[in-house]
Amino acid sequence: MAQASVKTVFDDMETLKRELIRCMKCGNCMSVCPIYNVEKKEASVARGKIALGEAVLKDEIDIDDETLVKLIFNCLVCKSCMMACPSGVRFDRIILGLRSAIVKKKGLPFVKKALFGLLKNPELFDKGMKAFAAMQGFFLKSEGHKKRKPKGFLKTINPRLDEKFIVPELSKESFRDKVKEKIEAKDPQCTAIFFTGCSVNYLYPEVGDDLIYVLQRNNTTVITPKNQNCCGMPVMVHGDIESARELAKRNIDAFEKSNAQYIITVCGSCGSALKHEYPIILEGTDYEEKAKKWAEKVYDISSFLLKVIKFEKPKGKVELKVTYHDSCHLKKSMKVFNEPRQLIKMIPGITLLEMKKPDACCGSGGSYHLTHSNTALKISKSKIDDIKTTEADAVCTGCPACMMELFEGLHRFGGNCKVIHTVSLLAQSYRAEN
Amino acid sequence: MIDKTFIEKCKNIFGSDNVLTDKAELIAYSYDATPGIPREIPGAVVFPENTKQIQELIFLARQTKTPIYPRGSGTSLSGGPVPLSKGVVISFQKMNKIIEIDPDNLTATVQPGVIIADLNAAVSKYGLLYPPDPGSMATATVGGSVAENSGGLRGLKYGVTKHYIMGMEVVMPTGEVFRFGGKTVKNVTAYDFTHLFVGSEGTLGIITEIICKLIPAPKYRKAMIAFFNKLEEAGKTVTDIVRNHVIPATLEIMDKVTIHTVENYAKVGLPTDVEALLLIEVDGMGQDSVLWEAEKCVEIIKQNNGSYKIAETDSERDSLWAARRAALPALAQVKPSTVLEDATVPRTKLVDMLIAIQNIAKKYNLMIGTFGHAGDGNLHPTILVDPMDKDEMERLHKAVDEIFEIALSLGGTLSGEHGIGVAKIKYLKNEIGRSGVETMRRIKQALDPDNILNPGKLVPMED
Ligand SMILES: Cc1cc2nc3c(=O)[nH]c(=O)nc-3n(C[C@H](O)[C@H](O)[C@H](O)COP(=O)(O)OP(=O)(O)OC[C@H]3O[C@@H](n4cnc5c(N)ncnc54)[C@H](O)[C@@H]3O)c2cc1C
Ligand code: SF4
Ligand code: SF4
Repeated sequence: MAQASVKTVFDDMETLKRELIRCMKCGNCMSVCPIYNVEKKEASVARGKIALGEAVLKDEIDIDDETLVKLIFNCLVCKSCMMACPSGVRFDRIILGLRSAIVKKKGLPFVKKALFGLLKNPELFDKGMKAFAAMQGFFLKSEGHKKRKPKGFLKTINPRLDEKFIVPELSKESFRDKVKEKIEAKDPQCTAIFFTGCSVNYLYPEVGDDLIYVLQRNNTTVITPKNQNCCGMPVMVHGDIESARELAKRNIDAFEKSNAQYIITVCGSCGSALKHEYPIILEGTDYEEKAKKWAEKVYDISSFLLKVIKFEKPKGKVELKVTYHDSCHLKKSMKVFNEPRQLIKMIPGITLLEMKKPDACCGSGGSYHLTHSNTALKISKSKIDDIKTTEADAVCTGCPACMMELFEGLHRFGGNCKVIHTVSLLAQSYRAEN
Repeated sequence: MIDKTFIEKCKNIFGSDNVLTDKAELIAYSYDATPGIPREIPGAVVFPENTKQIQELIFLARQTKTPIYPRGSGTSLSGGPVPLSKGVVISFQKMNKIIEIDPDNLTATVQPGVIIADLNAAVSKYGLLYPPDPGSMATATVGGSVAENSGGLRGLKYGVTKHYIMGMEVVMPTGEVFRFGGKTVKNVTAYDFTHLFVGSEGTLGIITEIICKLIPAPKYRKAMIAFFNKLEEAGKTVTDIVRNHVIPATLEIMDKVTIHTVENYAKVGLPTDVEALLLIEVDGMGQDSVLWEAEKCVEIIKQNNGSYKIAETDSERDSLWAARRAALPALAQVKPSTVLEDATVPRTKLVDMLIAIQNIAKKYNLMIGTFGHAGDGNLHPTILVDPMDKDEMERLHKAVDEIFEIALSLGGTLSGEHGIGVAKIKYLKNEIGRSGVETMRRIKQALDPDNILNPGKLVPMED
């Protein structure tokens, strides 16, 4: 593999210095960090982690110090701190750089190594997911339509997997298996790639169906490349930059084979990876230019519909009180927060009821909700309380990872609110026209 | 000193969840928002939940001669909460309850760890306001701001923290719990302890409960922004407004360097060919009086050859304020590090001070953007530097020395609101003289005979 000639924060701690130095320790990040809000400890928030990075560079502490490692991994990478930072500190680079340095020194823990190895091998990963789907009854018992609960023994492995935990059922047939690779529009406005992401592919294939339906209604030819794979965000946030680079390159190869003008995502994290993270992690490699080129073509479905093409307004009535949750990566990384609200408000019959802090993190953080369940549960609780206060019938969001977390939280803390993706709400309205 | 037994005892007092001892955790308590000051990694951090625990800690610290460093949110700009030895940090983040809001007596009783913005959110439900509003109010604690006597944007009309504290509970460095003041508007019993402990920077006692004074929140406000081609005209506008008996809630100034930087960064539509701008907001309970005050301000701006924009709607007000809010973030983008001073002069000397700062910038070849609370003469010369540039850092120190010298020569003060801490301790004598320093030492020794509370801050113990 051609290796980076330019030194990036992922390859060299020294380059981190320039990033760390920008932090003036003002503490503004403390007012928005979901973890700090719960734990109230300095090392929970960006400022404390930056101080740890500085201490490592000054040789005051080792990068593989046990507590330090724990503290550096105690972060949702939600980027809320970056929105509040007066100094423009690029905390996403800092935290990923530190994690990457830890992984370099210590190696990946066994479980992560096995899992990430699987992710990097798309065929094997796909087989594994389907095998798991077939066997899920072994770990998870059925709990009504398309829902699963963990079996009792799992609680001893992870306290979050208790009686109240719930997940959507793994789909036996993945979305990419059943969808046609290319779906031509009759009179196409343009051609777009649908980057499905893993959650839609295995857990929420119906969101994928809804997206295809919405794009057909808007005369867009859709290509869903069979050989796309995981966006790499899960491995990246764990500091496994090499795996992330590999996945990124493979996705870019898949994009290169098409003649598409745009890439559409329905997941804040996938979109953020493609648009913001790829150009950073591929800096200095021979994929740098391609990564930049494709990054400019990435749109969340809501901004694609409202900003890129001629959009057909939904006319079907959907009688629903809806509240909208801002996915961290969709709002804070992709800067998409107006468009989904605009779309929701266009649907006849819908009332949008804003919750107190719509952009407060839901506590998912990919796997954070499992690895740090105590803190995550408290974050989730306050999110669910805010949702319930609105008395909405449904909470709408633009990210399947948030959907899963909100679904679990509403089940755990009680609430009759449904969870729905923005694109599904739109599809529902189109369908109601007939 | 902190050893195994000390830590065991701390765990007994606070519970092991509320004691941090791992080095990585402790490193995150070795700083505040002040750049370039001495720092030490503490030996332990404890999170009290009640007064009794603090009392027990004091007894333990006295026995073992362990320094105690109180810490709110660590946003101080003078080094107040930063440990100077391997002592113990008391973090008040878990003592954060609003104990009572009493809308009839217009008071709120709070624990020291309550965040200032949270207090305001809670009292706003009663139509009330706790006026002290430091720029850090979304993060800073009431306890920390009482200990620093923090100011804010509303200082000119509404005063600063000390005007809103009516009483306290304090654990003394000798271990006694002492309550003074209360909910009465009038109280002349004993010495005025409230004013002794406000601004004591954690050196005289540990504040465990605070009674705050509230006021009815003003119902109407009017904001405007004015631009001037000459600094002198901006300065004269400030004094003319006050001379005409209009006291705006906000009267902020930004100099040319700051305006340029803000416009570059935030593109808020500021003219870049002016020397200074003023952001003015008047407020009050009656619409007529607020409008009269606004008109008076406009008249004075025109007399001083200024041009202006006045906000007609809330969103227009927001866009005027956007320029002021962007001042620090914009300046912070230019260089890796920012040094924010708060030398303060009488209102009438504002222009002299601004010109002096510009000359210092030229002399030492430094970029200095100045903005601040013009109405109360409290300026924030913000010096932009690269800590990796040794030569620049040397010029910085010389420039800072000179800024203080000039502020004092104009009849001003070293610090309008950020406090002395460690950052300005060496300049203290220049302002209050030998007798002043001696008096401070005597007070400190009388109340804290073992010198365990925040030693090395505010009071220079030796020459
Ligand atoms: C971006 C920014 C903007 C700012 N704007 C302003 C401003 O406009 N006006 C202004 O005045 N200041 C301002 N400051 C400075 C600072 O925020 C204030 O001084 C603030 O009130 C400190 O509060 P804190 O909770 O962070 O206290 P800390 O910084 O943690 O502590 C401050 C001092 O109080 C002591 N202390 C804390 N709690 C207690 C207690 N319970 N008992 C005894 N002593 C205690 C500490 O030992 C220390 O000496 C600003 C700072 C930043 C970073
Ligand atoms: S990324 Fe999120 S969780 Fe991590 S420090 Fe920033 S605000 Fe906190
Ligand atoms: S808000 Fe930014 S500059 Fe301030 S402490 Fe946090 S990371 Fe540092």
